Amino acid sequence: MLTLSLILVPAFAAVAVLFVPPAQARWVALAGALAELLLAAAVFIHFQANADFQYGFDYGWLFNAANGTGGLRFSGAVDGISLLPVVLTGLVTPLILSSTLKQTYPRPNTFYALILFMQAALMGVFVARDGFLFYFFFEAALIPIYFLAAIWGGENRVKVTFKFFLYTIFGSLLMLVALVFLYANTPLTDGVHSAALADFYALNLNPTQQGWLFWAFFIAFAIKMPVFPFHTWQPDTYVESPTPATMLLAGIMLKMGVYGLIRLLLPIVPAGVDRWGHLAIVLSVVGIVYGAIIAIRQRDMKRLIAYSSFSHVGLMAAGVFSRSELGLQGALIQMLAHGINVVGLFFIAELILQRTGTRQLDQLGGLTRNTPRLTVYFMIMLLGSVALPLTNGFVGEFLLLAGIYGYNHYLGLAAGLTIIFGAVYMLRMYQKSMFGPANPRTETMTDLSGSESYTLLILCVFVFWMGLYPASFLKLTEPAVANLIQYIK
Amino acid sequence: MFPIIILSVSGILLLFLGFLKSRVVLLPATLACLALALVANFYDWNKTFVYFHEMLVINNLAMIFIGILLLTAFIIVALSGSLIDDEDGQPAEYYAIMLFSLVGAIMMVGYENLLMLFVGIEILSVAMYVLTGSDKRNLRSNEAALKYFLMGAFATGILLFGIALLYGATGTFSISGIGHVVNTLIASKANPLMLSVGMFMLLIGMLFKVSAAPFHFWTPDVYDGAPTLFTAFMSTVVKTAGFAALLRILLVCFSAGGVYAYWVPVLTIITVLTLVIGNVTAVYQQSFKRMMAYSSISHAGYLLIGLVGLSAQSKGAVSFYSLAYSLATVSAFGVLLVVAKNRPINAAFVSDQKTLTRPDETYEAFNGLARHNPLLSVVMAVAMFSLAGIPLTAGFWGKFMVFSAAVDKNVTWLLVMAVLMSAVGVYYYFRVIIAMFFREGQVETIRIAPFYRFVLLATTAITILLGLAPGLFQQFL
Repeated sequence: MLTLSLILVPAFAAVAVLFVPPAQARWVALAGALAELLLAAAVFIHFQANADFQYGFDYGWLFNAANGTGGLRFSGAVDGISLLPVVLTGLVTPLILSSTLKQTYPRPNTFYALILFMQAALMGVFVARDGFLFYFFFEAALIPIYFLAAIWGGENRVKVTFKFFLYTIFGSLLMLVALVFLYANTPLTDGVHSAALADFYALNLNPTQQGWLFWAFFIAFAIKMPVFPFHTWQPDTYVESPTPATMLLAGIMLKMGVYGLIRLLLPIVPAGVDRWGHLAIVLSVVGIVYGAIIAIRQRDMKRLIAYSSFSHVGLMAAGVFSRSELGLQGALIQMLAHGINVVGLFFIAELILQRTGTRQLDQLGGLTRNTPRLTVYFMIMLLGSVALPLTNGFVGEFLLLAGIYGYNHYLGLAAGLTIIFGAVYMLRMYQKSMFGPANPRTETMTDLSGSESYTLLILCVFVFWMGLYPASFLKLTEPAVANLIQYIK
Repeated sequence: MFPIIILSVSGILLLFLGFLKSRVVLLPATLACLALALVANFYDWNKTFVYFHEMLVINNLAMIFIGILLLTAFIIVALSGSLIDDEDGQPAEYYAIMLFSLVGAIMMVGYENLLMLFVGIEILSVAMYVLTGSDKRNLRSNEAALKYFLMGAFATGILLFGIALLYGATGTFSISGIGHVVNTLIASKANPLMLSVGMFMLLIGMLFKVSAAPFHFWTPDVYDGAPTLFTAFMSTVVKTAGFAALLRILLVCFSAGGVYAYWVPVLTIITVLTLVIGNVTAVYQQSFKRMMAYSSISHAGYLLIGLVGLSAQSKGAVSFYSLAYSLATVSAFGVLLVVAKNRPINAAFVSDQKTLTRPDETYEAFNGLARHNPLLSVVMAVAMFSLAGIPLTAGFWGKFMVFSAAVDKNVTWLLVMAVLMSAVGVYYYFRVIIAMFFREGQVETIRIAPFYRFVLLATTAITILLGLAPGLFQQFL
C-alpha cells in the first residue's frame, strides 16, 4: 500500500492543483510533493536490507484468470534496485518545485499539475513489477514532460520537443513489441499468460530471439538516457525546455533508461547481453568521451551541463553492461548522485540567467564579487559533479570505473577520461562565470535569496552525506544487486 | 432483435415527426429511440437467439458490437445540433436514415446467412450514399455521393458474385453450413477453385466497405466531401459493422488450419499495404478531415492485424479496438464541427461560387485553440492520443490487444511494421496538438451548448477510463 500511495499522492495532488486559484497553485503543489517526500522517506527508513520486494500492492488489470491471478497486473513494490530511484524522485521533485518559487509562469495550475503528474508516472515506472505497467508509466511520463517543454520552453521549443517526442516514442514502441512477444511466450497458467517481470525473467528463449529482444529494449532505453548515437534530441531539448522541465529530464527521467536496463534488459535477455553487450558498452564509452569533449567547447552553461549529463549517463550505462556487482552498485548510487548534482547545476545556471540575463560564458565573469553563498554552493555542486573524493560523485564514479575496468582494462581507461575531462569543463565553466573581471551585466549580481539557499543547502547536504557515508545507501541496494548478478550469471 | 424492431419503427415515426413545425423535438426523440434500442439490446444477454429461420444469430459478441454501434450513433446524434439549425436541411429525414442504416449495421453484425449479410450491407450503404450527398447545394458533397455510390455498387457486385460462388461450392448460404462443408473439404485435402475464388470475392467486397488498401481510393474524397457529421458516422459505424461481419465469417467459416493458411498471406499483404498507405499518406495532408480519412484507413490496418491473428482473443481485440477508435474519432469530429463552423472560409478551397460555404477544415483552423477553449483542446488532445495509441487512453489497449492476438501466429515482423507505422501516426496526430497548444491563432472563445459539452466530456472520460482500467470492458467477453 505504501508504494501504491507513492503513485496516487502526486496524481491526486496534480488534480487538486488544477482546481485551486492560480496564486495558490505552487503552494498546493509543494505541499503535495512534500507529502510524497515523507512517503519516500518512510520507505527509505523502513526498508529492510534484503533482496525481497517490499510494501507491494497487486491488483488484477487485464486478461486475468477467473480466480484473479495471472494476466496483466497492476502490481508494484520496492526492492533494492528501485529504492534509490524512488528516493531520488521523492527528494528532487520538491526541490525542483521550491526552485520555481521566485519565478512566475503563465498558467501556473497546468504547469504545476504537469510536474506532479510527471512525478506520479516516474514513481510508477520505478515500482512496477509488471512489464506492461512499466511500459504504461514509461510512456505516461512522456506526456507531461512534452507539454511542459513545449508550452513553457524557449524559442525553438515546438520543433525540438517534437523531435524528442518522436524519438522516444519510436524507442518505446519497439519495447512494446518486445513485451508483447514476451507476454505471448509465457506459459499458460489457468488459461492466461502472465506479464509479471518475474515470469519474463524465467523464460528460456533461444539466443537468436534474445538478440532481437536485446535491441528492442536497448534502443528504447538508449534513446531515453541517451546513449551515443541516439542522443541527438538531447542537448536541444535540455536547452529549450524551461529549467524545471530540464531538471526533471536530466535529474530523474534519464534514470528511467538506466533503471530499465537493470530491471528489464539484464535479467530478461542475459544471452542477448552476452552477444551484444560488448557493443553496447563500447557505444556507452564512446558517448562518455564524445560528450565530454563537446562539453569542453560549449559556451552556453545549460548546453554544457546537458553534454556533461550525456557523458555521465554513458558511464552509468557502461557500468550496467559490465554486469559486475561494482558496476551495478555504482550505477545505482550514481543515479541518485547525478540526479542531485545535475539538478543543482541547472538550478544555478537558471539563477545566473535570471539575474544577469545570459548563460553565455563569454558574457559572464566576476560573479563571486557580491555572491558569497552562491560561490560556495556552486563550488560544492561542481565538486560533486567532477567526482572529488568525499563528494557523492566520487563514490558512484569510482565504483563504475572499477566495474568497467574489471570488464576490460582499455575500456576502463577510456571511461576514466571522464574524470579528467569532467574536471576540465566544469572548472572552466566555474572560472569563466564566477572569476575574472566583472562587466556591466554581472556587476549588479545579487546573492541567493532564502528559498534558493535552502534548496541548494539541502542538495549540498546530500552531496556530502553520500560522499562521506555511502554505506547508508549501498548496504540497502547490495543484497538485491548480488541477487541479480547471481541470477544473470 | 429488439433493436432492429425499435429502430425501424422509430425511424418511420421520425419521418412523420418531420411534419411538425418545431424541429426541436427531433433530436431528443432520436436520442430516446437510440437509448431504448441500446437498453433493449442487452435484454438477451448471455443467451443466444436465432431469428427468421436461422437468418440472424444474436450472441454475446454480436450484442457487444451492436452496443458499440448504438453507443457511437447515440454520441453522433447528440452532437448533431447543427443539423437542426440548418435552414435548408431536412433533419427528420437524416435522423430516420441514420436509424435505418443502423438496422443494416445490426444485420451485418448478427447475420447467419450470407443473404442477410448482403441485405444488411445494402441497407447500410444506400443510407450512407444518401447521407453523403445530403449537403445538396455543395458540389463536393454531390461528387462524394456519386463516387461513393459508383464504387460501392461495384464492390457490392463483387460481393454478391462471391456469395454466389460460395453457394455453388458448398450448396448453402448459412455460414455455419459453409463452415461445416469447408472443414470436411479441408479434411479431405480438396480445395475447389470455386470456394477459394468465392471466398476472396467476398473478402474484397467487405474490405472495400472498411476501406482497406488497395480498395481505399474512394475514402479520402468521400470522407472529405460528406458533411462532417456523416463522415463521423461513416468512419465509425460502417467500419465497426464491417469488421464485425468480417470477424464473424472468418471465425465461423475460415478458421480451420488449412483454409486459414490459404487466405492469411493475402490478408497479411493487405494489412501491410493498408498500414503503409494509410499512415504515410496521412502525413502529407493539409486538411484535418482528409487526414482523418487516411487515419481511418490506417486503423483498418490495425484492426486487420487482429483478423490475421484469428483466435479466441480476436473477438475481444477487434471489439475493444472498434470501441476505442469510435470514441476517439467521434470526439475528434465533434471538435472539428464546432471549430470549423467558427472559422472564416479558407480561400484555398474557393474554386467557384458553390464551394464558398465550406468551413475551414485545415490544421490551421486549430491554431491557438487552447488559449480560449481549453475544454475543446483537451478533448481533441485525448482523442489524438487515443488514436495514436499512447497509454492512459483506450487506444493504447486496443493496439495492445490486436498485437497480442496476432503474436501467437509468428508474425512478429508484421507487429514491428505496425509499431513503426504508429510512430508515423504520432507525427500527424500531433500536428493537431501542436497547432492547438503551441501555435498562435485568432480563435476566439467558441460558444457550445451545455449538452454538447457534456457529451464531449463524457466521451473523453470513457476514453481515459478505459485507458486506465481496460478490464472494465474485457470482463464482458
